[in-house]
Amino acid sequence: MSSATGSFGGGAGKGIRRFVPHLFLAAFSAVFVMPILWLLLTSIKSDKDLYANPPVLFPKQPRWENYVDVFREINFLGMTWNTFFISIMCVIGVLISAPLVAYACSHIEWKGKNVIFALVIGTLLLPYQVTMIPTYIIWGKLGMIGSYMPLILPAFLSAGAGYYIFLLRQFFMTLPVSLIHSAKIDGASELRIYLQILMPLSKPIIATVGVLLFLATWSDFLGPLLYLNNEKDYTLSLGLYAFMQTHYIMWEKLMAASAMFTLPIIVLFFFAQKQFIEGIKLTGIKG
Amino acid sequence: MKRATLTGLLFSSPFLIGFIAFTLYPIGASLVYSFTDFNMFKSPSWVGLDNYRWVFQEKDVWKSIANTLYMVLFATPISLIVGLLLAQMLNMKVRGQSIYRTLYYIPSIVPAIATSLVWMWVLNPKSGLINTALGYLGIRGPNWLLDPVWTKPSLILMGAWGAGGIMIIFLASLQDVPRSLYESAEIDGAGKVRKFLSITLPSISPIILFQLIMGLITYFQYFAQAFMLASMTNSGANQTMAGPEKSLLFYAVLLYREAFVDFRMGHASAMAWVLFLITSIVTYLIFRSSNRWVTYGGD
Repeated sequence: MSSATGSFGGGAGKGIRRFVPHLFLAAFSAVFVMPILWLLLTSIKSDKDLYANPPVLFPKQPRWENYVDVFREINFLGMTWNTFFISIMCVIGVLISAPLVAYACSHIEWKGKNVIFALVIGTLLLPYQVTMIPTYIIWGKLGMIGSYMPLILPAFLSAGAGYYIFLLRQFFMTLPVSLIHSAKIDGASELRIYLQILMPLSKPIIATVGVLLFLATWSDFLGPLLYLNNEKDYTLSLGLYAFMQTHYIMWEKLMAASAMFTLPIIVLFFFAQKQFIEGIKLTGIKG
Repeated sequence: MKRATLTGLLFSSPFLIGFIAFTLYPIGASLVYSFTDFNMFKSPSWVGLDNYRWVFQEKDVWKSIANTLYMVLFATPISLIVGLLLAQMLNMKVRGQSIYRTLYYIPSIVPAIATSLVWMWVLNPKSGLINTALGYLGIRGPNWLLDPVWTKPSLILMGAWGAGGIMIIFLASLQDVPRSLYESAEIDGAGKVRKFLSITLPSISPIILFQLIMGLITYFQYFAQAFMLASMTNSGANQTMAGPEKSLLFYAVLLYREAFVDFRMGHASAMAWVLFLITSIVTYLIFRSSNRWVTYGGD
């Protein structure tokens, strides 16, 4: 009898012990998800539901036209394309130039190896504000303000890509030196080692950096704010900012636009989840 | 030149060209500009230390430094603690871990401008989510982004909501702490708190250092969210970009205003150098203190 009670009690205790973490995790998830849910619900409300008292959580008649209105009132498709174009070009640029320098400060034995790496870390710690004004003036003198050049070209020279060079270099350092060494003994050139040994082994980190970088450029605000002055060239960040300034009480439309701005990122996340999360482990910054 | 040196230079050349054009030259130019009176339309004229004098005498600059330090001092540690707490909870072997992980992570990838918009609406004093929920509990919520006392706590809340990025990195490092360390501590009768303090924290201390420095840099340069909220509060386009009673006037926002709204490039350049100096000193001090609290396990 007592043993039966004991085991029953133990079972319940175990059940509770299992249940408690879920309770915490679920409560926290609710906190994190609620704002997004609120965004989605607001995006299909009518302006009457918006300020209703008591507040309406679920609109009785969802107003999907809010989404149509966004397309009608701003050049949403154009802005999406602009944002996509700039992001993809930056990804291509950094993925061409950053692994090269990351290789030069990991597996090439030369005098400048540590100097270059120190410069990379230095750019990481340098506030953007220090270089912002002279860089703007350079682009002004070249007559390129208002074009995409100031947003895209620096990526091809790894400017502002210190963090990504760092991630790539940390990953390269984990690759066995012996592999590269034996290729060198076989007489392979550095370029060949880079292209035929290093790159194939580095697919996971290249994918991770590509995804992180796409995300960062997709969301960038300051760059487009500085350099784009023609509405037809706006990115989504800048376009949404401008839209807010003229439509600041139409929360349902602002939320519909925000939802469409964020959706591609969420889709990308689900497709590239592994790169987002597992990628962190590959970089060696875990300790 | 040695062959290896040539190869090294060749591989580094795209970066080096970019470094010279977009870092080295601008650093020099910005230093020169900081001693000149300069706007986009006339060439710079030398004014000596006038711009630095302005930086130290201008009330708005001090206000913006105070606001920025508030964020650095509170938002950075709070985001780190929330990130670590979430990672620690996820590190318990529970079912559905990957679903929870996704839910915590997604807010951190919502673009800054969209995040600001969402939170403006969530924190709306009358119809917002939070005050509505507080209302059901019989609590009258604050005016959040309209009340100078609550504007920065609102931003900290926004920052904590996006702590998923920090969490992901902590989670990876927690999963890397050797099980054997915990097991031997259990044999010694260590409890949960004890294990966390004497095993978990030291093991992940290099990552705490890394994230601390990245967090400080982010908040010293805090811009997009502040710019968005400040040009919007008091409903409508607010050209001062300062928010209620200048409570949202952050250093990077003021610097932007000086440079690109009022075209006082000299002022802005001096501000940039002061920022550079402050962040360098803070980073240096943290690195120096780190040998006392960061342990690098050799494995």
